Amino acid sequence: MKSFTGKTLRWEWREGVIELTLDHAPANEIGSAMLAELEQFVVASGALAPETSVCIISSARKSVFSAGADLRELYRGAAPLPEKERLAGIRNFLERIHAVLNKLDAAPFVTIAAVHGVCFGGGLELALACDIFIADKMARFAFPELRLGLIPGFGGIPRLKRDLGNAFVRDLLFTGRTVNAARAQAVGLVAQLAGEGEALRIARSTAAQIAKFDAVTRAAAKKFIKPVPHDELRREIDLFCELFARPAVMAALKKFVEDSGPMPYLP
Amino acid sequence: MRTLEQTTQEVLDLAAKHFQLPAGSLAPADDFFKKLGIDSLQTLEMLSRIENHFGIELPDYEVQGVSDFRTLAERIQSRL
Repeated sequence: MKSFTGKTLRWEWREGVIELTLDHAPANEIGSAMLAELEQFVVASGALAPETSVCIISSARKSVFSAGADLRELYRGAAPLPEKERLAGIRNFLERIHAVLNKLDAAPFVTIAAVHGVCFGGGLELALACDIFIADKMARFAFPELRLGLIPGFGGIPRLKRDLGNAFVRDLLFTGRTVNAARAQAVGLVAQLAGEGEALRIARSTAAQIAKFDAVTRAAAKKFIKPVPHDELRREIDLFCELFARPAVMAALKKFVEDSGPMPYLP
Repeated sequence: MRTLEQTTQEVLDLAAKHFQLPAGSLAPADDFFKKLGIDSLQTLEMLSRIENHFGIELPDYEVQGVSDFRTLAERIQSRL
């Protein structure tokens, strides 16, 4: 299979480059439907790996790469359940998304996140599994999870910590604020800045350059410089589930789901 | 160094251009949420537009609760 169109995303392999496009209204929230299609994607891209040099992940939605986990689905699914089932459900979801992102993180080809607009929470965690960020100058990044009484759960802290200094990691985490693309480039999160609407074009041009190099060397270099922090990722799942068990989290989720204000990601 | 009046005017011009409104159609005391009817994504776009224009960072929590252009300009001015 060299192309796929699903309910939340589509992808196509062409001349050694896979383009994965997130397209799930309203804001590419990562819920059960997108997770299932991402699971299919990592299996298919694994099969295509020997003939793939680069995978580009981008969004077809206006003003957003991904707003993160589908908190509305999470709240509606979890609220009616007894605590034990609720925790089992969230752990299962986390194990599955971690498996997807770990495969993406360790893929033998180079992965590029071509980001525009909002890239928050789980959306940022998806991008952090990639090797290179190319960001539109209107992109914004945030880890707003602490407002819910949670930590990022899709591998965000271990991967951000792997790549960046703790000053920025703690600023993002403890304030929940959003940062612009210029700041993200200054701290080393973003590799290349693009003009408005140009991130995908620049990602394609970068992919063409990357494809010129030897595949074996490229894969070896990636494995050497970007180890997957498996131990910390495991601990993140445990800590997330421990925090998720507290009643305050469901109350915060309810407040978020009902909030129609201009900054719902801030408490 | 810009004056507060200059900053306010630049914010009004930026907002008018971003939301494709006629120049001069916005005033410093206008409530931009009511006047422009903007949602959370548009709020973030405007924040990026302002930060890129002025070359500053404006943390969200410093503009949380701000709804008029004049107060927004004061927050920007404190970062210039």
